Amino acid sequence: MTDSFAPFGVDPWWIVAIKVLFVFVLLVVLTLLAIWGERRIVARMQQRIGPNRVGPFGLLQGLVDGVKLALKEEIVPAIADRTVYWLAPVIAATAAFMAFAVIPFGPTVSMFGYQTPLQLTDFPVSVLYILAIASVGIYGIVLAGWSSGSTYALLGGLRSTAQMISYEIAMGLSFVAVFLYAGSMSTSEIVTAQERVWYAVLLLPSFLIYVTSMVGETNRAPFDLPEAEGELVGGFHTEYSSLKFALFFLAEYINMVTVSALATTLFLGGWRAPWPLSLWEGANEGYLPILWFLIKVAGFMFLFIWLRGTLPRLRYDQFMNFGWKVLIPVALLWIIIVSLARVLRTDVALSVTTSILVLGIPVALLILLALFWDALRARIRPGGPSAATGRDDVEGGSAHHAAAEFDPFAGGHPVPPLPGQVMPGATSPPPVLVATTTQERDA
Amino acid sequence: MTFLFWILATLSVIGGLGMLLSRKAVHSALWLALTMMCLAVLYVAQSAVFLGTVQVIVYTGAVMMLFLFVLMLIGVSAADSLRESIRGQRPVAVLVAVALGATLIAAVGNALDFSVGLQAANAEYGGNVQGLAALMFGRYLIAFEATAALLITAALGATILAHRERLFPRQDQRTRSVERFRSGVHPGQRPSPGVYARHNAVDVPALLPDGSAVPDSIPGPLRARGTVREIDATATEEVLDRLVGGAASDTGGER
Repeated sequence: MTDSFAPFGVDPWWIVAIKVLFVFVLLVVLTLLAIWGERRIVARMQQRIGPNRVGPFGLLQGLVDGVKLALKEEIVPAIADRTVYWLAPVIAATAAFMAFAVIPFGPTVSMFGYQTPLQLTDFPVSVLYILAIASVGIYGIVLAGWSSGSTYALLGGLRSTAQMISYEIAMGLSFVAVFLYAGSMSTSEIVTAQERVWYAVLLLPSFLIYVTSMVGETNRAPFDLPEAEGELVGGFHTEYSSLKFALFFLAEYINMVTVSALATTLFLGGWRAPWPLSLWEGANEGYLPILWFLIKVAGFMFLFIWLRGTLPRLRYDQFMNFGWKVLIPVALLWIIIVSLARVLRTDVALSVTTSILVLGIPVALLILLALFWDALRARIRPGGPSAATGRDDVEGGSAHHAAAEFDPFAGGHPVPPLPGQVMPGATSPPPVLVATTTQERDA
Repeated sequence: MTFLFWILATLSVIGGLGMLLSRKAVHSALWLALTMMCLAVLYVAQSAVFLGTVQVIVYTGAVMMLFLFVLMLIGVSAADSLRESIRGQRPVAVLVAVALGATLIAAVGNALDFSVGLQAANAEYGGNVQGLAALMFGRYLIAFEATAALLITAALGATILAHRERLFPRQDQRTRSVERFRSGVHPGQRPSPGVYARHNAVDVPALLPDGSAVPDSIPGPLRARGTVREIDATATEEVLDRLVGGAASDTGGER
């Protein structure tokens, strides 16, 4: 246990400096490439060409855009809370960079004569550390929303915070199965544990839950509700301009890279070479694994862009319902199944077939129940929500209430009449509030 | 180690003072978050890594965020009334604070005397996380489960307190759409002002094909104020003439 962390924390300072510089440069370059790649790929998907003027294939577009952004005029709202307004983008960008410290890029290599792992640091709970840093990063967004002194920014900030916290729960739950199987919460040990089979194969539901929640966590389409232009203008960064806006921009793309790298590490075997290549011994040695790692990360980045080019934005309540009522319960159920399977296999020592039978039958029954839930419900309660429209309910409701007498001091407090009840002295019952169109109101 | 301690200790004391002395509630919350972060780093530095990360996730990430949410939504400001509505709050608060301080001092003193040190504690079960797990799911299982039950009860209580009896059936997109079509009025948007009219100003009504004005195309407040512009019938005629005539001559010219 302690041995696997022995290589960490013993490097001379200049090797640590080299690693820090490598991570920093890699993240900035990946951000520039991601911006360029996103514009080119989305353009391709929309039958356009995309930026192709600056540098070969327009590769330097991100760089010049960054310079332009930094040189733009900076506008600070007059009623902004100056200190917090300044602090928010700094927190967002710092947190984004810090999460990458525990991502393993490759095996132990010889760097200028020193044996050192291609990973800045690692400790027994490094995946939890990433979650912790992500929750600090949310501060940047919520503070940006609050300090701008603008309603759009405040609402956008609150919305995005609620979204990120909700999806962080689903994300954390999707890790649990990985922790159970790897027997560790450290990134390097999880990569080692995937030597034979990737957790994306072994724990497919966890992987799917993670991929969904990582899109929600990074505020990307189709879950980019914090920046819903038609509702909130730019969301939390509406009032930000110039370099401060650039920092948010940078943080968003680095967060994308981070969650992709985490997905690679936890589910796709990290820096380990994919199957046909892994037959060759040399594929997992030296500096070469950085390439496999980057290819996997690039795959996830492409997925982000692909989603953005394909799916329309969700409505906010549907999105939150999905997170809380679908994603989290499914994740919890899956954790129960996984832990049961672990107990059956290790403690009870059932054979694979028996375990599958014991676990599979209840799960299959549950899935069947979920599929036919609506039909069953309609049969048990005819006239339930799925069978009746809102209007029938309204009429039924008012008929029911009309019989009830209005007690203006029900429960000892003065209360207004319920729908259908008549105020003493009024001649007709108050109108039942049903959504009316503007024309009706005007008429 | 000592160096780190002095830096973090100074920062946490500054954070604590800042929390007490800030005028704005959100600033107070931020100072408190700083103190929490310093504590987390101290835990990690003393090889209680799990406690450190969980401190950040739970306290900084969840509890403090909840505070911030409430502060931002309700908007507590220095201008709010500071009159205390609960009588005798101050003496009770002082009493509780003294009791808490005594407990903390006792706990720390106890730890100084009888503790084996974190290194030994971590080594006993082969790691920090393993040691915590062994204690939590072994020796202190009942206490752990009781705390869990308490938390779930609190969450349920909060849900029930926030629950509101639904007076009207829930209106979703579907029922609203059905309602809109059943009401018999035009379900689409109203024409914008200025459509087919001579100007596109908001106070100029849209025109129907026969040249008459559509009152609905003027925003309600303008109609209520009576600042709707009249349609000049002769001007409409003139425009119509010019349009029709112009179109005819254009096509003629091209041919």
